[in-house]
Amino acid sequence: MVETDVKIVYKRPAGFTDRVTHYCPGCTHGVAHRLIAEVLEEMGELNNTIGVAPVGCAVFAYNYFNFDFVEAAHGRAPAMATGIKRTLPSKTLFTYQGDGDLASMGMGEIVAAAARGEQITVIFINNTNYGMTGGQMAPTTLPGQKTSSSPLGRDVETQGYPIRTAELLATLDGASFVARRSLHDARSIRMAKRALRTAFEVQKHGLGFSMVELLSICPTNWGLNTEDSRKWLAEHMLPYYPVGDFKVSTAVSEMKIGGN
Amino acid sequence: MPPKGWVEINELYCKACETCVIDCPTQTLALDMSRLSPKGYHPAFMLHPENCTACGTCAVVCPDAAITVYRGVRPGSKTEGEGA
Repeated sequence: MVETDVKIVYKRPAGFTDRVTHYCPGCTHGVAHRLIAEVLEEMGELNNTIGVAPVGCAVFAYNYFNFDFVEAAHGRAPAMATGIKRTLPSKTLFTYQGDGDLASMGMGEIVAAAARGEQITVIFINNTNYGMTGGQMAPTTLPGQKTSSSPLGRDVETQGYPIRTAELLATLDGASFVARRSLHDARSIRMAKRALRTAFEVQKHGLGFSMVELLSICPTNWGLNTEDSRKWLAEHMLPYYPVGDFKVSTAVSEMKIGGN
Repeated sequence: MPPKGWVEINELYCKACETCVIDCPTQTLALDMSRLSPKGYHPAFMLHPENCTACGTCAVVCPDAAITVYRGVRPGSKTEGEGA
């Protein structure tokens, strides 16, 4: 048989259940889920991880990962993760939050958790609107962007400016690793995976709070197809939300990571 | 020359978002407009299997982890060169 020559380059990660996600076609929530599952699998942490699901599109995230998950109240995932991590310090804890959950309802929680330097990893999905409830304006909505609750475009005179969460949290002394990545093409996705690996390694090494913001598309609420959504992200979101590492503490920069 | 690999797309997961079709560097993939998946989508399939280089780009961008990428000669394929 020639099957000995065949190598599997990629397969569905072991951290996934066989459920079909409820996300819209093309939504990069699925990509972010997959990257988390791949990173935890590579680190051998699948049996040692507890995730905290948010309120938002990812509210059913616990159905798609086959490790332990809890569901937090709106915006309160960092508080819940703090409690679990302090009770079970050997576990790997992460929260998975959208921009409505983290940057709006839970802004106080996330700032406090980062300031305390909690040993948790936060995955923050930024798609510039409240996806689950029908695309209303979020704190991350870009100036002039039309949403269902800002039909004439976000007017910064009355509705203020978007919040750059990664830069904001990077100013806190408790945060050890804060980065922003995008999910709009293959190269960006590979870079996002490396950032997630670093973030989880920071926690494994006990170096403090880590957060990765992932720029994501929302084809349904933006009213664009998948391809145009990814172009829109590259054209409009990347200039306002530049990708990069905004906080890398000295201890993190000296950390050794396998394969990175 | 036989193709360097092949992909398998699980039609239970594929939602026909077309991301893999657009990002495939060798235009191997397409949506199968003649068929519906159990979820009611036109699933992606290998329109030009001879082009596949098993680069894995489709799997990296797939939001639903529907794609398995194999490198090597597909068992039972007609282009198989060596005798098994």
